[in-house]
Amino acid sequence: MADWKTPDNVKYTENDEWIRVDGDTAKIGLTDYAQDQLSDIVFVDLSEVEVGSTVTKGEAFATVESVKAASDVYAPASGKVTAINTALEDTPEIINSDPYGDGWLIEIKLSNPAELNDLLDAAAYAKHCAARSA
Amino acid sequence: MTYIPHTDADRAAMLKAIGVESFADLFDAVPPENRFPPLNLPDGLSEMEVAAELNSLARANVSASDYAIFLGAGAYNHFVPSVVDHILRRGEFFTAYTPYQPELSQGTLQAIFEYQSMMCMLTGMDAANASHYDGATSLAEAVTMANAHFRGKRPKVILSPGIHPQYRAVVRTYHQNTGLKFVGDKGSATIPDLVDMLDDDTALLVVQYPNFFGQIDDFTGLADAVHRAGALLCIVADPIALGLFKSPGEWGADIVVGEGQGLGIPLSFGGPYLGFFATRTEYVRKIAGRIVGETVDADGRRAYVMTLRPREQDIRREKATSNICTNQGLMALAACVYMSVMGKTGLRRVAELCYHKAHYAAQQIDALDGYSVDMSKPFFKEFVVTCPKPVSEINEFLLEHWGIIGGYDLSRDYDKRENQMLIAVTEMNSKDEIDSLVEALKEAKAPHLHLSHEH
Amino acid sequence: MMTELILNKNGAPPPLEPLIYELSVPGRVGVNLPAPDVPLADLPADLLRTSLDLPEVSELDVVRHFTRLSQFNHAIDIGFYPLGSCTMKYNPRLNEDMARLPGFATIHPLQDPATVQGALALMYQLQEWLAEISGMKGVSLQPAAGAHGEFAGILMIRAYHLANGEPHRTKIIVPDSAHGTNPATTAMAGLQVVEIPSDANGDVDLDVLRGVCGDDVAGMMITVPNTLGVFEAHIKEIVDIIHGCGGLMYMDGANMNAMLGVAKPGELGFDVMHYNLHKTFSTPHGGGGPGSGPVAANEKLLPFLPGPIVDILEEGDDETPPLYGFVMPEKSIGRLKAFWGNFGMLVRAYAYIALHGAQGLRDVTNHAVLNANYVRAMLKDTYPMPFDRICGHEFVCMGHWKDAEGVHALDISKRLMDYGFHPPTNYFPLIVPEALLIEPTETESKQECDRFIAAMKEIAREAHESPELLHEAPHKAPVKRVDDVRAAKQLVLCCRVLPEGEGEG
Repeated sequence: MADWKTPDNVKYTENDEWIRVDGDTAKIGLTDYAQDQLSDIVFVDLSEVEVGSTVTKGEAFATVESVKAASDVYAPASGKVTAINTALEDTPEIINSDPYGDGWLIEIKLSNPAELNDLLDAAAYAKHCAARSA
Repeated sequence: MTYIPHTDADRAAMLKAIGVESFADLFDAVPPENRFPPLNLPDGLSEMEVAAELNSLARANVSASDYAIFLGAGAYNHFVPSVVDHILRRGEFFTAYTPYQPELSQGTLQAIFEYQSMMCMLTGMDAANASHYDGATSLAEAVTMANAHFRGKRPKVILSPGIHPQYRAVVRTYHQNTGLKFVGDKGSATIPDLVDMLDDDTALLVVQYPNFFGQIDDFTGLADAVHRAGALLCIVADPIALGLFKSPGEWGADIVVGEGQGLGIPLSFGGPYLGFFATRTEYVRKIAGRIVGETVDADGRRAYVMTLRPREQDIRREKATSNICTNQGLMALAACVYMSVMGKTGLRRVAELCYHKAHYAAQQIDALDGYSVDMSKPFFKEFVVTCPKPVSEINEFLLEHWGIIGGYDLSRDYDKRENQMLIAVTEMNSKDEIDSLVEALKEAKAPHLHLSHEH
Repeated sequence: MMTELILNKNGAPPPLEPLIYELSVPGRVGVNLPAPDVPLADLPADLLRTSLDLPEVSELDVVRHFTRLSQFNHAIDIGFYPLGSCTMKYNPRLNEDMARLPGFATIHPLQDPATVQGALALMYQLQEWLAEISGMKGVSLQPAAGAHGEFAGILMIRAYHLANGEPHRTKIIVPDSAHGTNPATTAMAGLQVVEIPSDANGDVDLDVLRGVCGDDVAGMMITVPNTLGVFEAHIKEIVDIIHGCGGLMYMDGANMNAMLGVAKPGELGFDVMHYNLHKTFSTPHGGGGPGSGPVAANEKLLPFLPGPIVDILEEGDDETPPLYGFVMPEKSIGRLKAFWGNFGMLVRAYAYIALHGAQGLRDVTNHAVLNANYVRAMLKDTYPMPFDRICGHEFVCMGHWKDAEGVHALDISKRLMDYGFHPPTNYFPLIVPEALLIEPTETESKQECDRFIAAMKEIAREAHESPELLHEAPHKAPVKRVDDVRAAKQLVLCCRVLPEGEGEG
């Protein structure tokens, strides 16, 4: 049975996104569980967002593709996009190798930090992953 | 007769292994009141009886094998080298499924890759898919792609009235519920008129090359105007014409679609044909349908595989932009073999033959009393003849007295084109046939002068 | 101009077969064309293209190249092809000859209908036969494939509700076991998909179905027998529930090979359905197409069929045949493709039905279902089966064992190639983990089924004893496992021809 990394310094959605707050910005990415389910990631479509545009909690802002699947990525919180991980254009596989680090997708300036309150912590998310793989 | 190999002994052994008494026991789940309804169909026939029946139906048709044909309008009597059908008849090709298992499908996959490559060269595009149902549905998919590209935020599509009327009808059928608005094709808009319709709402402008009336428009400046408005340009092209004329890529098109029937596929009463679809690199991930890519196998050997699969319906389901699955694979193979054997010089030669013969025919017909041909613009293999009487009457005369299948009656689609006939001339029409057509048209004007001609 | 290609020349094994472009030699000609027999016209110089990069090869080069390519394929003509949901049955040679008769192959679609009465008679008769087999009122032969027929059907359902002043009916219910085309079709038609789960037996969950029914439902799409290979236990209840809320029933006819003479969709209460002539009626799959997907409708939806369709314009009598012509159904959703449909496929399907007749078609289904159940029964102790019940013309098993964890359905599929079989459908239906969907078809003999069963059992043993044999399979196919990740990352979708002068060195 696979064992997925669920670091404590991020918050999670049930849809397998993570968000890590750093000052008034936050980075968003896909979890280790998500990258493992997708397997080799070959393409990340971030064309729907640009620096300065806004994302809304619960709305899809990107699509991540492997050979066999495509998965929409939903914003865990709302805010204005401050950075996009352009490295993913040529090396989407860094989501596989470093999902919580270099494999981040976008950085936003949170418009409503209270939205983070209903996200999952590491323990709850780990349980959520385990339940699905049973 | 059937193709079922089972013997009585096989059947008995198999039913026993399953643990049932009879065939009927296999269908217990079907509601009893609906189970085993009578089928009111004729009794089965032997192979020779079926062949006789179909031969008799086939003989009841007037065909281009026995008659001279000057009918085109989107389907053409082009030459098909013998080699094309011999390759298509190889069971390894025609009895294979879609190449989902690449290790057992390298033949089909490489052939599609070669087809895609040739279509790119022909259209001047970067990527082509493995086919759509026909030219009309390729165009409908181009509209879908443009709409998806702009995420539905540009709801207007400009269609030239010079696009095949049936293609425009199909596009409207496809998009009856998608909220798109189609403009431009109801009157007699020229290319500059279409450019004037461009605005921030426009997703796509579509022109046909040559247009439905056979004319080659000069598209200088068109792509720039379309791109300035932020829209995409789609050119519906005839692949044989592309053997001679500038590629749509050179004209600045973003999407090129069309009917590939001319590339080695028989008339066959309208199908199966070949919808081709090609575009530029930046739109590759928005293409519908199957695409084959090059890669390697575990030993590093060059190999081919269907790629960009997550766009497709079986993976993307309701988020796929198209539901296409089965395409016209074997017809793409026909086009691939055709373009291979025609090659660089052959396709140009075919196109030149069409061009010269069409021009000869146009000049001869234009010289006839009562007929005139619009030669104001360059044209390829089709041209419009204004006739002295209804086209249907002329065609009846041509068929009955001269054994000629005449041109297309434009009044079927265009109110203002009464008495106008669209004539197609291909490399298959000899000078003798053209001269006969001219003579026949002359007589058709005043059929009472007709002297008996046997064909 | 020199045509050279960028190739990976890194010491890798040579390709199975060069690309046709790599066989090209400047100046070589593959076809003999006549000289012009008319005076030459002036060409418009500013509109001409200056280069055309097609290969320059001889006819023999072409024949050998494509013959060699063909030898890298598996095909029905080569061996067993139990690809679930695809109905890879024998493609009779007679039908190939019939479609190529000059009276069919060289008629133009826009000829005066009076000159193509044979073709129209054939189409009319086929419409009638397909209506009879389905228990429907009428058929349109326009759709070029199953997905195209589905699209027609959903547009018809939408048009019906609009005509009845019910534009709010925008939802199409689709079971989670459905083919991907069903939800994709719904979205393409501008409607919303409501996916509902299957119950533990693989049937539609009726309680869930009742829960999503309301006056916003346009209809439901369902495959019979379903994609798990089982005949829905409550099909009549499903139909009643949907009709009860004002929706219409669409039947995905992909699995009609299990239905011929067994049940008529129209009598089960369906309003509209499509056929796949390339499955049920043996028109060849052609390496991906062409197909043909006629759509059949009951009385309610008849006026909405895509058109034109063939009808009798003037009745015949003992001496004169009827006069056939094209007509547009009264409230037609419109034209779905140029011209009339994939006519060549219609000729083949006509020949197939004429040859079989009513009893022959019934035999087809009997033996298709017999073969599937036989293979199922023989494998059920070796491969886990999610549903232990009599199946239709196909069944699903799982290509995975708890005591052979590293082996997956894909490995079994690849290993089957070494035994000379095409793999079953993998990973579909999506709701069965590690699914292997197996459809033998009726044209395979008991002996061929037995060989397949033996291979499957042998592979199961290998999976437990020497799983690496499976992981590295195929060993005997023309190529080893193909790197689809690389294909998707480094997109090479056509061979690039270098501009002149850049090919040297």
